Amino acid sequence: MSRHTLSVLVENKPGVLTRVAGLFARRAFNIHSLAVGPTEHDDISRITVVVDVEESPLEQVTKQLNKLVHVLKIVELEPSSSVQREIMLVKVRADAAYRTGVLEVVQLFRAKVVDVVPDAVTIEATGNPDKLAALLGALEPYGIREIVKSGTVAVGRGARSITDRALERARTA
Amino acid sequence: MPAESVTGAQSIVRSLEEVGADVVFGIPGGAILPTYDPLMDSSRIRHILVRHEQGGGHAASGYAHATGKVGVTMATSGPGATNLVTPIADANMDSIPLVAITGQVAASSIGTDAFQEADIVGITLPITKHNYLVTDPADIPRTIAEAFHIARSGRPGPVLVDIAKSAMQAQTTFSWPQDLNLPGYHPVTKPHAKQIKEAARLLATARRPVLYVGGGVIRAEASEQLRQLVDASGAATVTTLMARGALPDSHPQNLGMPGMHGTVPAVAALQKADLIVALGTRFDDRVTGQLSTFAPHAAIVHADIDPAEIGKNKAVDVPIVGDLKEVIADLLPELAREHESKGRPDLGAWWRQIDDWRETYPLGYAQPDDGHMSPQYVISRIGELSGPESIYVAGVGQHQMWAAQFIRYEHPKTWLNSGGLGTMGYSVPAAMGAKVGRPDATVWSIDGDGCFQMTNQELATCAINEIPIKVAVINNSSLGMVRQWQTLFYESRYSNTDLHTGHGTRQIPDFVKLADAYGCEGIRVEHASDVDAAIKRANEIDDRPVVVDFRVSRDSMVWPMVAAGVSNDEIQYARGISPAWDRED
Repeated sequence: MSRHTLSVLVENKPGVLTRVAGLFARRAFNIHSLAVGPTEHDDISRITVVVDVEESPLEQVTKQLNKLVHVLKIVELEPSSSVQREIMLVKVRADAAYRTGVLEVVQLFRAKVVDVVPDAVTIEATGNPDKLAALLGALEPYGIREIVKSGTVAVGRGARSITDRALERARTA
Repeated sequence: MPAESVTGAQSIVRSLEEVGADVVFGIPGGAILPTYDPLMDSSRIRHILVRHEQGGGHAASGYAHATGKVGVTMATSGPGATNLVTPIADANMDSIPLVAITGQVAASSIGTDAFQEADIVGITLPITKHNYLVTDPADIPRTIAEAFHIARSGRPGPVLVDIAKSAMQAQTTFSWPQDLNLPGYHPVTKPHAKQIKEAARLLATARRPVLYVGGGVIRAEASEQLRQLVDASGAATVTTLMARGALPDSHPQNLGMPGMHGTVPAVAALQKADLIVALGTRFDDRVTGQLSTFAPHAAIVHADIDPAEIGKNKAVDVPIVGDLKEVIADLLPELAREHESKGRPDLGAWWRQIDDWRETYPLGYAQPDDGHMSPQYVISRIGELSGPESIYVAGVGQHQMWAAQFIRYEHPKTWLNSGGLGTMGYSVPAAMGAKVGRPDATVWSIDGDGCFQMTNQELATCAINEIPIKVAVINNSSLGMVRQWQTLFYESRYSNTDLHTGHGTRQIPDFVKLADAYGCEGIRVEHASDVDAAIKRANEIDDRPVVVDFRVSRDSMVWPMVAAGVSNDEIQYARGISPAWDRED
C-alpha cells in the first residue's frame, strides 16, 4: 500500500461530493482524508482525496472517477512536486504549572494559540501530516483533550494551474 | 424555434418528442400525474401502460436492445421509482441506453419524508451512468436533451431524470434544440493510431489468435466491420453471452460462446491462445473463470469505448480506447499492410487443433432418464422453426444458457438477455419491448417457470396493446439452475427449489389457464412429438400473445460447465468428463 494524493476538479453542483465519495466506497477504496472547497472559478470545486492503494487499483479508481459526468479533471500530486497541508486545532490541558511548557512546544512548531482559559489552551497548527504528528507527540504528555483536523489540501509547485487547463479542455471539446 | 410558454409537464412531453422518443413504457401516479395529462394529447409518443414499473423498465431495455434506440420508461415517485431499481441496475450492467423519468414530490416537500417520497437520485447513484434531480422547470429541456445524449453516447447506459411535481406544475418556456452543458463528458471514439498499429502487428504474427467478442460490438453496431476482421485475420472467434449474433453462428471461424457454460472449443481456444484481441468485452468472471489461470500464454489486445474496462480485471499489452466501429475500421488497413509486408501467418496447425476440439466436443445433450422432454430439444426446435430473423429473449437460468447455446444466431440484436445482473423476470417485459420496437419480427420469450412467475403480469399489457409476443415456458417445475448447483455441489439436497408447476405436482399455477386469464393463447406440450406442431401454431398466431407450457425434465443440466472460481482448464464437457488437454499439446 502506498499513499496517493488526488486533486479532483468537479463542477460545482449539488451532490457531487456524494458521487465522488460513493464511488470510492463502492469500488472498495479506502479514503484516508478528503477536503472539498471552492476554487478561483465559481463553477468549479476542488476535492483533494488522499487514498491508500497500490498503483494499478489507483489507475482503476482514477478511470472510474473520470467517468463521473461532473468530474472535469483528476491530477495526482506527488509529495515532491506539490505543497500539501492540513490544518489542526488541538485543545491541551495547560494550567499554570504546565502552560510554559505547552507554549514552548507551540513556538517550536510555529503553531499558534487561538484560545486560552485558565486550565487549557487551544492550538492551531498547519503543516504536512508528519509535522502535525510530531506536534501531537510533543503535546501528548500534557494531556490532549480534543483534536480536529482537516483533510489534506494540496497544490502543485510552479506557475501552472490545473483549473485553467481543465477549463481549456472543456471549452475546446 | 421561438420559445413557447408551457407548463413544466408540457415541457417534459415536448422535450421527449423533440429528442425522438416515440414509445414510453410507464405507469402514472401522484407525483408524475401532471405529465400524464399533456402526454395524453401527444401524437408523436405512444405510451404503453405497463402493470408494474419493473416491467416498464425491462420493456424499455428490450426496446433499446432490439432497435439500438434509447428506451424510455416513466414512473411516479417513491415506490414507482424504487420499482425501477432492478431494470436500471440491469441496464447499467449490460450497457443499455435507457432514460427513466420519475416524478418527485414537490420541491418544497423534498426532505420531509412526504407521502411517496424516496431519494431515487441517491438510490440510483451507483447504478446509473448519470442522474438528475430537476426542481426548476426551466432546466427540463436541457436536462432531457443531456440525459438522452449521455444514455446513447460513449458506453451506453441508464440515465434517470427525477422531476419535482412542483416543476411540472409551474409555468415555464420551452425551446429546442438545447445546448448541452457537459464540460466533464467527452467519450473517446477515435482510437490511437500507434496502438492500432501494434494490434495489427500482433494479429498478423500470432500463431494462435482468438478474437474475444463482447456485447460492445452489438452496441457499436460494428458487426459488419467485425465480419471483415474475422475474414481478414483468419482468427478463431468467440462470442460472449452478450455478443451472440455479433458474428453469424454459421461463420466457420465462430467457435460459439466462451465461459462457464461455453463450448469446449471456445473455452479451449482462449486457454491455448497466444493472442487474444478482446473487442467490447470486460473479462467478466463468468468468462475468465479463475482469473490467474485464464489464457496464460496470450498477449492481450483490449479495445473498448470505456477506458475503465481496460486493465480492470486482466493486465493488457495493447490498450485501445475507442468506438469499435472506428477501431476495427482502422485496424483493417493496418492488418492488410502487415500481411503485405510480412505475408499472412500460417494458422493451419491452430485450426487443425480447433477442428479436433470441435469434432470431439460438439455441443450436445443427453436425453433425460425420466421419460420427460428434453429442454434443449424444445429450445433447439424453437430456433430452427422460427429462424434467424426472429428475436429471442431469455430470462435467467438454465433455459437462458440453453437458448444461448442451442439457437443459431445470424444477426446482431436478435438475442436479448440479462447478462451482467442476471435478472430473473427480464424475459416477458423485455420481449414486449422488443416486439414494440420491431413489430414485424417474431419475438420469442424463452422463459423459465421461475422467471415467468416474476413478471408475467405484463401479458396483460401485451394482450391489451396488441403486442403479440410468444412465450415458451421451459417448465421444469423448479428453479432449475439453482437445483443444478444443488445437484452438483450440495449433495442433491434440494432446498427450496421446487416450484410445483410441472408434471406430478399440484401445478400451481396452471400456465395454460393463466394464459387464458390474460387473454393469451395457452398451449401445453408434454411430449416431444408435439413440440413442432405447438411451435408452428404459436408462430401462426399473430393477433394475441401465446404462452406455451413446455413440460420438460427437471434433471437436465447445462453442459459444458466450468465450476465457479476454478480454472477454465477444468471445464467439464458433461458431468465428470473433462477434455484430455495433453493430447493437443
